[in-house]
Amino acid sequence: MTAELHEELTDPHGEQLDHGAASSRPLKSRISEPQPRGAKIRGNRPVDQSEAANRFMAATEHEAMHDARLWDLRQKRDKEMHGIEEWEELRNLASGIKEHTLSKLDYYLELFEKNATANGIKVHWAKDGAEHNAIVLEILRSRGVERLIKSKSMLTEECGFREFMAHNNVEVIETDLGERIQQLDDEAPSHVVVPAVHKLRTDVASVFAKTIGSDPDNADAHYLTECQREATRPLILSAQAGMTGGNFVVAETGTFVVCTNESNADLSANTPPLHIASIGIEKLIPGLNELPVFIRLLSRSALGSPITQYTSHFRGPREGGEMHVVLVDNGRSERLGMEKFWPGLKCIRCGACMNTCPVFRRSGGLSYGATYAGPIGLIIDPTFNVHKYRNLPYSSTMNGSCTNVCPVKINIHEQIADWRKTLAGEGEISPVKKVMMKAAGEVLASPVVYRASLPLGRSALRHLPHFMLYNKLNTWGRKRDIPETPKQTFNEWYRRNRKSQGEGENS
Amino acid sequence: MKVGLFVPCYVDMFHPETGIATLELLERFGLSVEYPVDQTCCGQPMTNTGCEREAAKTEELFVRNFGKYDYIVTPSGSCTNQVRNNMTAIEQTDAVKHVRSRTYELVEFLHDVLKVDAFPWAEFPHRVALHNNCNTLRNLRIASMSERREEPFSKPKALLGMVKGIEFADLTRPDECCGFGGTFSVFEEGVSAKMGQDKVTDQLRSGAEYVTSSDSSCMMHQEGCARRMGANLKYIHIAQILNGARA
Repeated sequence: MTAELHEELTDPHGEQLDHGAASSRPLKSRISEPQPRGAKIRGNRPVDQSEAANRFMAATEHEAMHDARLWDLRQKRDKEMHGIEEWEELRNLASGIKEHTLSKLDYYLELFEKNATANGIKVHWAKDGAEHNAIVLEILRSRGVERLIKSKSMLTEECGFREFMAHNNVEVIETDLGERIQQLDDEAPSHVVVPAVHKLRTDVASVFAKTIGSDPDNADAHYLTECQREATRPLILSAQAGMTGGNFVVAETGTFVVCTNESNADLSANTPPLHIASIGIEKLIPGLNELPVFIRLLSRSALGSPITQYTSHFRGPREGGEMHVVLVDNGRSERLGMEKFWPGLKCIRCGACMNTCPVFRRSGGLSYGATYAGPIGLIIDPTFNVHKYRNLPYSSTMNGSCTNVCPVKINIHEQIADWRKTLAGEGEISPVKKVMMKAAGEVLASPVVYRASLPLGRSALRHLPHFMLYNKLNTWGRKRDIPETPKQTFNEWYRRNRKSQGEGENS
Repeated sequence: MKVGLFVPCYVDMFHPETGIATLELLERFGLSVEYPVDQTCCGQPMTNTGCEREAAKTEELFVRNFGKYDYIVTPSGSCTNQVRNNMTAIEQTDAVKHVRSRTYELVEFLHDVLKVDAFPWAEFPHRVALHNNCNTLRNLRIASMSERREEPFSKPKALLGMVKGIEFADLTRPDECCGFGGTFSVFEEGVSAKMGQDKVTDQLRSGAEYVTSSDSSCMMHQEGCARRMGANLKYIHIAQILNGARA
């Protein structure tokens, strides 16, 4: 299959543009390194993020690209921030509006339902993913829909929507390019905004070659995009229903807003006569006056662009069409009741915390083995399954950069620390960590035992005390040199040189 | 003013010269400084891992050691953050509150409390890259943070700027975590080491001869990576430079 470039995609100077306008760095195109896959999922067993992260880093071209690409987004975000004098005030406002709305969520949800219904939108309520999927299936079946086009939505990932529809013989076509790549590769999105960011162009070429018959040796971004366009447009045009998510749900007007850069939500919503929007109940905002605060923050935080290419307001079904909104709880009400973890519900899914996270950039989003990766994932995922995701809060240095970039001021790094406490308190901590910390706590509580445990005058490698190394496997020394132990500790120096002061029970 | 010197466990063990420089530097300003010899640790390894209960006895010992001082000063922002912001495993008595509010990281103490305006004895004619520990940067707010829209400032740079002959090397990602992260460095060794290697690469690219920081923990990790990589970089605590170390 060949694809001709549309005329308007050709650069007027006859040169090809680099890897989309969003990347400042030209990326190498001829790399044969296979794409590392995500975390191994073994039923309900705790996900081992480090194991998958190590495999991602072993694929050095992938890791380097991923880190550079996301760091580029972070830098663009910084540049946009410096262009807005009232940036910190905007963040305060956004956080305050979300906190207000969440504290009166029942009121705003019912207000939305009332106003949306008056607009001709049919509002449904789903308590979990299964109920959501059943509601959507029922709408589709009763109208004889066999093909659904859909724009990117993390909520439907939570619900396992695509798998469910596949079992029920409804074909689902993703309309976001990155999400479509992931769908064709049968892989989850690795990032909430840029779902295929962990893939090199060569990976995409190989996925498209297998699934839509493009040239496996042609990794040109324009060629690949055009191939996908040619392959998908006929499916989009013949679909009988469209699905979107919703970035913001406006209670006072009974409307909702979807932000995209590819206009794919508009394709999904406007091509077929039936539009279903699946939206988490935390997406409410009171009115249109509050909306601009979020619109100004969202894309600047996410991609470092002033606004998304498309900010589409959906106000009701078009003539002869139908519009449904499914409001989904799926654990959100329970989270709202968690004293320390409810602020996670303020999240507007911009992905800024992922872009800035040094662990995420080196690990890839699929290493987390959960719907939500990166810092926001560490604090949301355990609310879905505390046992399975108990290791995730440890995949962080708690450096706090995520909290600083968050446009709605979620205290992410503090919640990571709180999760560690909560998990240890509930016995959801690995036995290795527990045993070592208990030992460390005992040694460090006693000056005599502590002093006796020090390894002076011997090889530090073999005799470092456990509370410094914690781990009998001595992971410190794998890629780092062990510090040399000096002739004397500070404590010994002090006793020898300044003995008159600071007498203690151990003197 | 009675000052208690807290020398964190890893400084005591691996970098006694940092403890000595801190003590001597404080004494240069005419302070009476004591080092309670029964001190061990601030409790951070346990708290950092979520094991708050296991940190309780260590925290109690800390308060017993330091309760009697007007100020507790330590050459570590990370440990200061633990004491000031996270020492919550024990009952919050007046003594505990006193210790928590009176514990200062060395740079903060020199800059904010003593308001030092000269280090006449200090000269360091070298190209130096500054590293801020993440707790020190984002929790103690020792410098402005690149993620926030705020007026640029840096307490360590302000102090180092008074040292004769010093030249600063600029990193491309000055606020990026180096991957130490306390117990993260051993539990998540792979990502930790990679972050450390990337930090060392950035330091090399900056043309720095020396890296300095008010936290030995990050530097211990970075130095370990640098040595394994064969990188020609030297690591020195800010207390030593300010105390007049000549290299």
